Amino acid sequence: MSLIEITDVRKSFGQTEVLKGIDLDVKPGEVIAVIGKSGSGKSTLLRCINGLETIDGGSISVAGAQLLPDEAHLKALRLKVGMIFQQFNLFPHLTAGGNVILSQTVVKKTPKREAEAMARKMLERVGLAEKFDAYPDELSGGQQQRVAIARALAMQPIALLCDEVTSALDPELVAEVLAVVRELAAEGMTLLMVTHEMKFARDVCSRVVFMHQGRVHEIGRPEEVFARPKTPELRQFLGVQ
Amino acid sequence: MIEFTIWDILRNLLLAARWTVVLSLVSFLGGGIVGALLLFLRIGGNRLSTAFTKYYVEFFQGTPLLMQLFLAFFGLGLFGINVPAWLAAGIALILWTAAFLTEIWRGSVESVVRGQWEASASLGMGYVQQMRYVILPQALTVAIPPTVGFSVQVVKGTALTSIIGFVELSKAGTVVTNATFQPFTVYGLVALIYFALCWPLSKSSQILERKLNVAHRNH
Repeated sequence: MSLIEITDVRKSFGQTEVLKGIDLDVKPGEVIAVIGKSGSGKSTLLRCINGLETIDGGSISVAGAQLLPDEAHLKALRLKVGMIFQQFNLFPHLTAGGNVILSQTVVKKTPKREAEAMARKMLERVGLAEKFDAYPDELSGGQQQRVAIARALAMQPIALLCDEVTSALDPELVAEVLAVVRELAAEGMTLLMVTHEMKFARDVCSRVVFMHQGRVHEIGRPEEVFARPKTPELRQFLGVQ
Repeated sequence: MIEFTIWDILRNLLLAARWTVVLSLVSFLGGGIVGALLLFLRIGGNRLSTAFTKYYVEFFQGTPLLMQLFLAFFGLGLFGINVPAWLAAGIALILWTAAFLTEIWRGSVESVVRGQWEASASLGMGYVQQMRYVILPQALTVAIPPTVGFSVQVVKGTALTSIIGFVELSKAGTVVTNATFQPFTVYGLVALIYFALCWPLSKSSQILERKLNVAHRNH
């Protein structure tokens, strides 16, 4: 039984078709890396899954929640999939704790005290227990991204979408974020991540999806995809002959 | 001929300045309420309400305040409605203020980066929750300095209402000049009183801008 079912998804921006019929099934606990050149549609695919982009054709469902454009369906879907962004997108007017508490109290109507306990637990999980009262602009990029992960986890999603979560970070901060993601993977969280960290994809992911010109061009276990790329496009992308 | 002391002049001007203050407050508060309604029509409404507010703003920004005062004062008179000067002044200034404030605030809301909308949406928040807890708190800190700054324009705008006969500071200046024949002294004092009203406002706008920027220096 698949957790995320993506069937023949199409998406155009104006005249340009960015997704030309994507099929992808993700099983519970799978960690999937989506790789490809910029413009190949990988970020768009991720954004479609939780309804940040509307789709023009096909269907997407996550654990039975169908992607439909009305607010009630979107909310049901978004409670099941969390998302982490390249630019962190923490709420700058709230502390780290406030960031993690807000959506719990507002969306799930969790009582304040429970939400706060959950926030402390999640910040501890990403190694930032002592930063509960710090504002985002007092944190490093890596710390901000970890708060963003804690914020998404506090909603107890069954899958997480990670959109180039380390691309905006200074090189020395990448490791601390990847360590958290690696831990999540080890705990069995279903992850779908767009990434440029090939080594990480090779080590952690159960499957790798190579996208090219709006299609899933090649898909397989990382050892196959990285060691024996079948198509010339993937070979070129990986820089092997 | 009666002799007027400086104190006589100043006392009369200050009494009239009360009406400048009252009219400014009414215009600013009324304009704020109408401006907030227009803001929600503009950003949260359908195509029709968006177009309405757009043309509303363009009309009030694209015509002189004096013409708007004339229209409010004489326009309603055409329909046989007798509008007292204070009412025409109040209505025109409220509508004029609303147009500018709604535009300042729209810019503030739009200055909140798209990632904030996306992050709050991805956490399951609906439109009203996004506005209430994420967007407006950030837009507010952006909006406060220009809003306070604009209040200076409102205070100075009230001077025009003297032309339709509302007795506030400027009109009182004219009246007192006619009695004392000391135009330079009288208008000098009028200018000083306006300055005393406006300078603290523009100064506090500057201070607020510095303060709020420091609190959110990364955004």
